[in-house]
Amino acid sequence: MIRVQREDFDVQSEYQALLQADSSERFNTGAATMFVGLVRDFGDSKAFELKHYPGMTEKVLERIETEARKRWQLLSVRIIHRVGPLSPADQIVFVGVSSRHRADAFAACEYLIDLLKNQAPFWKKEGEHWVEAKQSDAQRALRWMDSR
Amino acid sequence: MTISILYFAKLAELLGRDEEKLELASSLTVAELKALLGERGEQWQKALNDSGTRCAVNQEIAQADTAITAGAEVAFFPPVTGG
Repeated sequence: MIRVQREDFDVQSEYQALLQADSSERFNTGAATMFVGLVRDFGDSKAFELKHYPGMTEKVLERIETEARKRWQLLSVRIIHRVGPLSPADQIVFVGVSSRHRADAFAACEYLIDLLKNQAPFWKKEGEHWVEAKQSDAQRALRWMDSR
Repeated sequence: MTISILYFAKLAELLGRDEEKLELASSLTVAELKALLGERGEQWQKALNDSGTRCAVNQEIAQADTAITAGAEVAFFPPVTGG
């Protein structure tokens, strides 16, 4: 499940949805990991806004999910990213993964957020200036390329 | 043939537009389109050839030799900063 939306999301509801996605006769979920990204307060109360490329964003996120499912045994994947005006402490992004075992859930969750930050066409604007991409984020995405 | 071009974030501001339609005689590559748009001036050359600038054709990341055909949706944008 991939959603790009202006509205906030509720982590408890997303957690329940992750578990409910396990529709097999036996309950197979042994682990659920969740990542929530938040707007930090830079102290100068500038307007903060998230823009995206509608259509391509969803395609990229679907491709990242497909790749994660090839690498790990996953049951459910939920990715939500907000767009529009946001304020300090607001939730920006949610990545939730369920699997039989925690190793797959931990690794896939980290992979999904690392690749999202490096490949999904979202841009942050603080006040009048666009946030610059960080080399450290590129490095985090790159290290998955040679660890299959 | 007609193609549409989208510009996002800092690139849209630098180039003063976020969308345009372009009429072309025939299909061309991303590199050729950049050269064509670069004729508009130094600002365009600089923005489009910046090492960080990404290009997508029909919402897929494109390379210099990616073909652009009739009806294509081309997008230029800076490195992404979501999450």
